[in-house]
Amino acid sequence: MDFASNITVSALFQQALVGLSRTTILFIVASGLSLILGVLRIPNVAHGSLYMIGAFIMYSVNLFFGGGQTGFWIAIILSPLAVALISLVVERGLFQHLYEREHLMLLLFTFSITLVFGDLVKMVWGSDYRCVDLPAAFQGFFTILGFPFPRYNLLLIIIGPVVAFGLWFLTNKTRIGKIARAAAVDREMVGAIGINVSLIFAAVFVIGCFLAGLGGALVAPTQNIRQGMDHAIIIEAFLIVIMGGLGNIWGALLGALIFGLTDSIGILVWPQFAIVFPYVVVVIALLFCPKGLLKSTW
Amino acid sequence: MSDNRSAWKALAPWLAVFVLLLFAPRFLPRFHVYLFGLIFTTGLLAVSLNLVLGLGGMYQFHHAVFYGIGAYTVAIVITKTALSPWIGFLLAPVVSALLSLAIGLICVRLSKLYFGMLQISLGSLVWAVVFRWYSFTGGDDGIHGISVPDIISSTDGAYYFSLILTAICLILMQRIVNSPFGMSFQAVRDNPVRSEAVGINVKRLQLTGMVISGAFAGIAGSMFVVIEGSVFPELMFWTLSLEIIIMCLLGGWFTFLGPMLGAAIIVLLRTFVGIYTEYWTIILGVVLMLLILFLPQGVLGYFLEKFNRSGMKPVQEEK
Repeated sequence: MDFASNITVSALFQQALVGLSRTTILFIVASGLSLILGVLRIPNVAHGSLYMIGAFIMYSVNLFFGGGQTGFWIAIILSPLAVALISLVVERGLFQHLYEREHLMLLLFTFSITLVFGDLVKMVWGSDYRCVDLPAAFQGFFTILGFPFPRYNLLLIIIGPVVAFGLWFLTNKTRIGKIARAAAVDREMVGAIGINVSLIFAAVFVIGCFLAGLGGALVAPTQNIRQGMDHAIIIEAFLIVIMGGLGNIWGALLGALIFGLTDSIGILVWPQFAIVFPYVVVVIALLFCPKGLLKSTW
Repeated sequence: MSDNRSAWKALAPWLAVFVLLLFAPRFLPRFHVYLFGLIFTTGLLAVSLNLVLGLGGMYQFHHAVFYGIGAYTVAIVITKTALSPWIGFLLAPVVSALLSLAIGLICVRLSKLYFGMLQISLGSLVWAVVFRWYSFTGGDDGIHGISVPDIISSTDGAYYFSLILTAICLILMQRIVNSPFGMSFQAVRDNPVRSEAVGINVKRLQLTGMVISGAFAGIAGSMFVVIEGSVFPELMFWTLSLEIIIMCLLGGWFTFLGPMLGAAIIVLLRTFVGIYTEYWTIILGVVLMLLILFLPQGVLGYFLEKFNRSGMKPVQEEK
């Protein structure tokens, strides 16, 4: 067995940086999920589908504008917006009638949306793997402390905290965020003082799904875009949200950090079982803090 | 006397169905015989889930793990050891029950959504190990060409094996549902606080329910090996778990045999719609959406309600 045979300082450092960029993607997706869970109480399995759709739209828009610097940035901006639009239609058309249902029904309902979206993606984009080429500016490596490090990953590591701060600002400092947090605690009371809760819920849902789309768009250049990436991400995102504490943005960040780092460091320790490590960590965390590491909003 | 007669009356149609099914392979083409076997297997799995989901009101989100472990137990005993294959079939429910016990011990401290989520994470851990442990489980390829004992290896043999095993399991589960245990389980579902107050040990009851349900899922898993001759990690992927929940919902989870009906609908839908189009899941998705919007008590539940017959009483939806 090649157990722990290739651990060196340089490899550790590099894997940690790779893990951090993976953390960014996980955090962006999980924070959207957490927001929807915390405020709307919907365990949104379709979140993974929106992530996948975000990645595919990123591919198509980038292709349409001929790639390069322009195509890349237009795609990064447009695809989360497109995903947000899709989610707005879904929320207004379907979800707003279902808020009173119990969680199990909501979970199954979002799963049915996953099934539909999965096949729609297959119809539109086919079952082939797709790749997005990075513009020249992001190809190649920076040298950090003497170690080569992919430029795009550095961009991701910068974007992560920006999104976290933006979300914190939105939920804590803006009017809509404050109302949303109040509505999460007592929906009827907020409605009774004359606020249109339904619209607030729609806004929160759309913002959450926008984040799924953003995660998908950002991940597109780093891996194959394919069917099934929705199923892989959603389970990870759920675990992160549960581990961090439902509805807690910082919990999602902490969870994503733990998940991303154990995943990337685990590859050094025992490559064959690398994917097992994050799950083990989640289970251990939940054994000691069954309701998540940080305070949940439930 | 009259009691006996009414019991006989209630039993007669089921006996007739059983006898009919015993002779079915003589008239049906091979493919249909195979499909029936698959329906029994999936149906048993769905009914076993409903034992905790419908009867106990527990959010068993990752039932497929116990099914998959049962199937893998049989597969590994046959392909990796010199033991008799029948030992594998005996071990399958035991291993599944033990895994249920282990996962249950960790999960029952929590309830509802937290319970379900913790179960999904533990189940995914098991799945991840199976997915990567190439030398033992065959990894993501799974194990194929498993040679089961001659007597059950033909299509007809597999059919009878699954039919008889399903019948036995259904009778056992029916008895469990109507036993004092089943009654207190329902009481816990409807009002855990009050049940606790009258002296029911809620957590232990839920744990027992999980173990029993897991054991039956393991038996269903062993039937799958006989019918398909192979195992693969998708058997314990979380999407399958949600599909089983859909089967329960589709058939009606406040009825005993509803999940069986739901499983039959899904298996047939997949098989026959799958012939015409590769996009069968979109149809499943739309069916499920309509079901949740308009028929939340399920197909069988709907008819029972319509004809005003008592099934298991539905719980009030929680806000």
